[in-house]
Amino acid sequence: MMNKLFRNSLLLLLGVLVAGTVMAAGADLGQTTKQATNWVAIAMFAIFVTITLFITKWAANRTKTAADFYTAGGGITGFQNGLAIAGDYMSAASFLGISGLVFGNGFDGLIFSIGWLVGWPVLTFLMAERLRNLGKFTFADVASYRFAQTPTRIFAACGTLVVVAFYMIAQMVGAGQLIKVLFGLEYQYAVMIVGVLMMCYVLFGGMTATTWVQIIKACMLLFGATFMALAVLYQFHFDPEALFTKAVEIHSKHDAIMAPGALIKDPISAISVGMTLMFGTAGLPHILMRFFTVPSAREARKSVGWATTWIGYFYILTFIIGFGAIVLLTQDPGAYYVDGDLAKGLKGGGNMAAIHLANAVGGNLFLGFISAVAFATILAVVSGLTLSGASAVSHDLYATVIKKGQTDSAHELRVSKITTICLGILAVVLGIAFEKENVAYMVMLAFAIACSANFPILFMSVLWKNCTTKGAVAGGIVGLVSSVGLTIASASVWEAVMHNPKGSAWFPYSSPGLFSMSAAFLTIYLVSKMDNSKQAQLERSLYPAQKIRSETGLGSSSSSGH
Amino acid sequence: MVDDLAARVEANPKYHKLVSMRSRYSIIMTFFAMFFYYGYILLIAYNKEFLATKIGIGWTTSIGIPMGVGVILITIILTNIYVRHANAVFDPLTAEIIKEANQK
Repeated sequence: MMNKLFRNSLLLLLGVLVAGTVMAAGADLGQTTKQATNWVAIAMFAIFVTITLFITKWAANRTKTAADFYTAGGGITGFQNGLAIAGDYMSAASFLGISGLVFGNGFDGLIFSIGWLVGWPVLTFLMAERLRNLGKFTFADVASYRFAQTPTRIFAACGTLVVVAFYMIAQMVGAGQLIKVLFGLEYQYAVMIVGVLMMCYVLFGGMTATTWVQIIKACMLLFGATFMALAVLYQFHFDPEALFTKAVEIHSKHDAIMAPGALIKDPISAISVGMTLMFGTAGLPHILMRFFTVPSAREARKSVGWATTWIGYFYILTFIIGFGAIVLLTQDPGAYYVDGDLAKGLKGGGNMAAIHLANAVGGNLFLGFISAVAFATILAVVSGLTLSGASAVSHDLYATVIKKGQTDSAHELRVSKITTICLGILAVVLGIAFEKENVAYMVMLAFAIACSANFPILFMSVLWKNCTTKGAVAGGIVGLVSSVGLTIASASVWEAVMHNPKGSAWFPYSSPGLFSMSAAFLTIYLVSKMDNSKQAQLERSLYPAQKIRSETGLGSSSSSGH
Repeated sequence: MVDDLAARVEANPKYHKLVSMRSRYSIIMTFFAMFFYYGYILLIAYNKEFLATKIGIGWTTSIGIPMGVGVILITIILTNIYVRHANAVFDPLTAEIIKEANQK
């Protein structure tokens, strides 16, 4: 039955692809900026899709229980998981967004990428091992370990779904923009292809397929980015100074690209953005979920060690790539700029810097490779996000809250698959609705919520004895509402999205993190302190046992449902 | 069964040693990671001119760039130091505690 379903989805996918190409060919006329159909890119992407679908087929035979679906039966090694985590994090938004930011502003791109990296040591030092020891499938397992299940799980599932939704929008928008430029395909069809393929991976292959798709993609992306950075440096005899000198000479902002610019406006914004990125990383559900795919705390720790190393290396590469794009793309404005005019910006927008650079250093073949990698990146990240959203619904909401744990693995699995389909459709709809947004800033929203709602609950429930259900849920709600509210009230949404006049946004800082996260922690502290109910006393009395498990792994889930 | 084991772990001084050793180590490492990052960010906020200073006369590269790359490298190094230390010190101690709890 599985195989038949699989074959049918393949046929459906082929149908969408063909229809998309045909419609795109029809709609192509009259669009001046659209590139000619790139067959090399399409062929490379088709190879990637074929390989990953075979992996999915192989994974489908190993995905029998809910544990297989959520955590690949716990059979991923630390090194593999490190690559998969790095893959989740090296999303298209960060690859194209950061290299685009470097291309546009130089130095500011570096500041941004550092912010994205610094969450990892904190996650490693404080959370990784404890998460693995306490959890089974989702981060809500950890947060609700000694708490009342229903309120904690409902809240954690909401936190997961909101973060997943915002992160997903950024990815889908990236996919659509990318393919519009590269494959000559209409935005809507590109988004649909991503949706359908992603549903295939997750539905049939669960976590096993999602992890391997992510690992393959991470290797391809690291290889491609390394090649580009080396090709850029090669032209300057491996002398960064020569690269910078040439970039400053050419760039319209000249020497300003060597100095911090508008990204960090004031100290409060600086700290707030920093906290959002640092602690947001430790609250991203699709990253946290990966700690449960390894067999032990030791492997979880190794995973983050590897992930940090790869991500840091990758960000250094994106910095070189951005500067390479400044220098090399201006040498052939006709090929890369709108109407060949430097003042009109890059074809396809600033986020296309890395893609155009691939063409400049490696010709059409390498452009095809990088385009395929970028598309694959979006697919892989979106699959991870969907899986994390689906497990929040099926494991936290359905199995624990609705069925009170009285359900079997087969039912739970069915609910996750139905949720996967719903999330896939939702992703496509949202992707189309948010077509014109800047992808990098959308991701910031997800981080703000992750750091204000998910991280404080997780941190306090694991490390603070006196934390109670009421405190955790109240604090989480305060964090969620304030981070979303303040983001809406900030310039990036109030003015840029809702088209209010410039300067009318009443929240003046770039990110709400400092305020919303502090508010969440303070609420957790105060409400827990005031909570003297029987339930609260019970929860406090359970802390020593939780601590033993979190510190030593005694009694922790083997993560294999067999 | 597990409760029984837990009681024995709780009574084992090695467990308390592990907990205090690890939390001290984690806090110190977290402090370092935050120090370098927020130090850099605050420097950007308060003294953009310093970071824009050239690393030498006639150079284009500004001080902020090697410092920024340095923060990335320090982050990677700190994380890996922790992983090595935990593998070498915390894991054997944890294994001992669990073994002793199972023996008695």
